[in-house]
Amino acid sequence: MPHIVINGTPHQADEKTTVAAALMNLGITSRTSVSGQPRNPLCGMGICFECRVTIDGIAYQRGCQVEVREGMEVSTDAI
Amino acid sequence: MRYDAIIIGAGPAGLAAARAAKHAGKQTLIIDDNHGPGGQIWRGRDGIELKGVDRRFSTQITDLNFSATQIILATGARELFLPFPGWTLPHVLGAGGLQAMAKQGLNVQGKSVVIAGSGPLLLAVASNLKKAGADITLIAEQAPWSSLLHFGSQLLRWPSKLTQALQLFNINYTPNLWPIEAKPGEVLMSNGKTYPCNYLACAFGLLPNLELARLANCKIENGFVKVNRHQQTSVQGIYAVGELTGIGGLEKAEAEGEAAGAGTATLGNHQDFVKLLTRTFKLRDELKQLAQPDTILCRCEDIPFSRTTQCSSMREAKLQTRCGMGPCQGRICGPILEQLYGWPSDSVRQPLYPVPLKSLIQS
Repeated sequence: MPHIVINGTPHQADEKTTVAAALMNLGITSRTSVSGQPRNPLCGMGICFECRVTIDGIAYQRGCQVEVREGMEVSTDAI
Repeated sequence: MRYDAIIIGAGPAGLAAARAAKHAGKQTLIIDDNHGPGGQIWRGRDGIELKGVDRRFSTQITDLNFSATQIILATGARELFLPFPGWTLPHVLGAGGLQAMAKQGLNVQGKSVVIAGSGPLLLAVASNLKKAGADITLIAEQAPWSSLLHFGSQLLRWPSKLTQALQLFNINYTPNLWPIEAKPGEVLMSNGKTYPCNYLACAFGLLPNLELARLANCKIENGFVKVNRHQQTSVQGIYAVGELTGIGGLEKAEAEGEAAGAGTATLGNHQDFVKLLTRTFKLRDELKQLAQPDTILCRCEDIPFSRTTQCSSMREAKLQTRCGMGPCQGRICGPILEQLYGWPSDSVRQPLYPVPLKSLIQS
């Protein structure tokens, strides 16, 4: 099971799970909207960008299109 | 490397096109922005055969700045969402959306799910989520019984689809019912009843992903890419297959992909089924009146319905409110505004996705 770091806190995720699914399984919403609402994925297929997160320092990655990798650092700081 | 055929999209249509192109002796490349082949229908499936085909996954196409003898667009469809109070809450996803999440590792075991919206996808989603351990408490289809009974009688023309429909039938399937308001952990439906749910999976049909076809100046007719019997678009060398040419499902997608890849005419009349689906699952007008003044239309920029009522076009809404100006570039709210106001959202420009400045500088 890959170890990942979310917002500075270590977690474990299941193999072959995307970042967006891993966050939902942990009960962590993927982002906070410009007016402060918590958001989760909507489309699950790379269209809506609701699952956008920062992965290993690169902003605006769609969590639903990226599988978790050992040591990955995810930040739910996207607006 | 110069390719004979470049296929964009590795769902059923794109995969069929790639295999047929390879079989016809073409040097073939397939590209998808997902991390593996399968599209949404076969997302996460192991052992998809692509022997002899070059492939590039995790690759977003932001511009059509490459050439090949044949470019086959197989970019599939997305869901149509309509805004209602609470649709931005974290427990509300698309219908195909929740299914896609389950296929990519979301654990739905023991979760109660209300599925709502329109189209045959609702039953397929219910079946898949049930297999994954979810408890499907309601499937609400907005179309009336009369349309669905006519649909059922017409399915006799497509025996395999009829069999599939019977296999998918679910006791909780309820026509003539739609969502009014989602609140944390529940949803109020049009029958006045509130249904508790861990997830509300809701979408109102499918729309083709037309951005690349529009960028290539392919002729769009009635919302779909216009093609001839060989799947060629109005632009020489560019072909379109699958949901881009009409929402018709797996058999149509594979038949069109194969024809485009092989260079033959498409077998069978799939457009009759496309028309039947469109007629059956026509959206009722009440659905377009669910948004309240403070209901958000543009989820990227949090623009409420009330701010768009003074505008007269998509362009004006963009300029005045930033509606459609966020990272999804209007992919979600564009179709919503088209449904609510009749404004077409047909402008595209490269890059089609937000890209790091570094990539722009390097290109």
